[in-house]
Amino acid sequence: MLSRISRIGARLLREATAETRAGHLISSQGSNRHSSPVVTPVLSLRNVLFSTATSGGQDESSQEKISVTFVNKDGSEKTISVPVGMSMLEAAHENDIELEGACEGSLACSTCHVIVMDVNYYNKLEDPTDEENDMLDLAFGLTETSRLGCQVIAKPELDGLRLALPAATRNFAVDGYVPKPH
Amino acid sequence: MVAGPRGALEMVRGLRILSRAVVKLRPLLVHGPTRGFSASAPEPLHVCVVGSGPAGFYTAEKMLKGHEGAQVDIIDRLPTPFGLVRSGVAPDHPETKIVVNQFSRVAAKDRCSFFGNVTLGRDISLSELRKTYHAVVLAYGAESDRSLDIPGEDLKGIHSAREFVWWYNGHPDMCDLSPDFRNTESAVVLGQGNVALDVARILLRCKTELATTDISDYALDALRGSTIRKVYLVGRRGPVQAACTAKELREILGLKNVRVCIKEADLVTSPADEEEMRNSRIQRRVYELLSKAARTHKDNNYEDQKELHFVFFRRPTKFIASENDSKVGAVQLEKTALKGDEVTGKQFAVGTGEFEELKCGLVLKSIGYKSLPVQGLPFDKTRGVVPNLRGRVLSCESETARVETGLYVVGWLKRGPTGIVATNLHCAEETVASILEDDKKGVLRLPSDSEKHGRPGLLEILKQKNVRFVPFSGWEKIDSKEKMAGLPRNKPREKITTWDGLLEAADL
Repeated sequence: MLSRISRIGARLLREATAETRAGHLISSQGSNRHSSPVVTPVLSLRNVLFSTATSGGQDESSQEKISVTFVNKDGSEKTISVPVGMSMLEAAHENDIELEGACEGSLACSTCHVIVMDVNYYNKLEDPTDEENDMLDLAFGLTETSRLGCQVIAKPELDGLRLALPAATRNFAVDGYVPKPH
Repeated sequence: MVAGPRGALEMVRGLRILSRAVVKLRPLLVHGPTRGFSASAPEPLHVCVVGSGPAGFYTAEKMLKGHEGAQVDIIDRLPTPFGLVRSGVAPDHPETKIVVNQFSRVAAKDRCSFFGNVTLGRDISLSELRKTYHAVVLAYGAESDRSLDIPGEDLKGIHSAREFVWWYNGHPDMCDLSPDFRNTESAVVLGQGNVALDVARILLRCKTELATTDISDYALDALRGSTIRKVYLVGRRGPVQAACTAKELREILGLKNVRVCIKEADLVTSPADEEEMRNSRIQRRVYELLSKAARTHKDNNYEDQKELHFVFFRRPTKFIASENDSKVGAVQLEKTALKGDEVTGKQFAVGTGEFEELKCGLVLKSIGYKSLPVQGLPFDKTRGVVPNLRGRVLSCESETARVETGLYVVGWLKRGPTGIVATNLHCAEETVASILEDDKKGVLRLPSDSEKHGRPGLLEILKQKNVRFVPFSGWEKIDSKEKMAGLPRNKPREKITTWDGLLEAADL
């Protein structure tokens, strides 16, 4: 109960930031080619606020979810459930996982770099676009199964996905895959 | 539900967050709700970050996360925060600037304060800061330029890319630059890194596309009257070694109404080039983009098109004045060849003794930024950085160097002027880890440091010296005025570009 007050407070604050962000994006990004990843984080934050406020924090059963495990920099793990259609960047932020997102999913930075730990899961993802690859060029600790968290969107086949945050990966190999220098 | 001590804390946190959301952004309420808990609060660690660009803000963020007692004050010589995100990132790259949302959330935290319009070395000295704070982190970047040291560098019409970028981004120190675009059809950009690509793109890009960015109004006016049709990007080495990133290159190669000219002979690679590309994904992808552009643009030739020429294997040796005045009229270039360095495996350019001239009325030197020292700061003049060990400032470069206790460095001043915004994230993590380690060892808060009061100490010094600082709320006033002024023109903001204008807008 008490912790819920704190959570609602945090969300109100995020909502407030999201509003200003939305205003800025609409005025400045009319010609952005990747408009969908830019706009979705804002919308989904709002959805979360409303669902929390109206249903008292209960999960909405109508929405399909998958299970995703994040392996933190220190090796600790956190498994969360992610609604289908949500990006891993948003999902991480909803769940206080320390994945950076400097450009908030507009494909202009490489800070939400994640490493898909099982190559079979990696192969289930759509190939990265040129624009995503341009950003991955600059990612810290790039591997063969690196992706940007903002471009990995939850879908049913990805249930059980394991994602490592880069700093943790320097000391272990990705399951079933030996990272090669690019 | 019974609230244990943890529940109580959570409740306080919840109420605090709620109250902040309601009285959204009442920034000077810095200590308010935390005071009552001073008994359980950790002893404060007073940290001052000098410079509010990405390196400074990432440091503040990591510091606040990493230490519950950290009180972080960020000072900046400008009335506006965010460093190169405001004055460096190109106006047509709004996505790159989104990171200021994150930085603003850091600045809004109770344990963080911003002091704009405060210059280290003028308003406050390094030794004063070190007497006031347990840790001082220098993040003031690189505000000068490397020079070529070749004849004619002082001719009119030659600017550093930094000056030009500051000018179109409305930096108050460069609003009077007024580069001349009217009396020439050719501009030469020396360098092929991302900054070089930025300035070339601004010169070539269709002005109606620029009109809805946050480019300064005077720059847009001047560019609208530009007669420049050809831009030459000159690099000492070849397409395999071009220092730009694929994103920036892809963008400029796709500009509307611009023909890209690349000599096919320059695209021939040597075994050493092939080896470099095998080892570097980014070099390989940049080379592929250039080769593809050379093929697709070969047959396109429309009269009204502007031209972007990639000039590889040339180094500038002299600037030549135009016939009648002291203005630049041409750049003399020497042809180069690549030679392998056996130690690093990298290839460097050597002159061949063969020269040519490239006519132009505007030259932008994009050959690197340079950091400047302040009094009392160890500085490595040849590398242009502060000698440091994982962010801890060292007294000198030699092996016998000792650590300057409580003094740290981050960002360009620490590692040189390279990398992207995100590079500073890892750079800040390293420096903050060093601070936390030192604090754990107990070297930052000795009994003799009891006089280090942090913020009240800074305020006292500023008061004594009659320095009027701009708090974050002052920046928010500037910010909202700029956004309002941008609305009628469909711009995200219309930047205020003079010192007086900025200070007035901040209500100082």
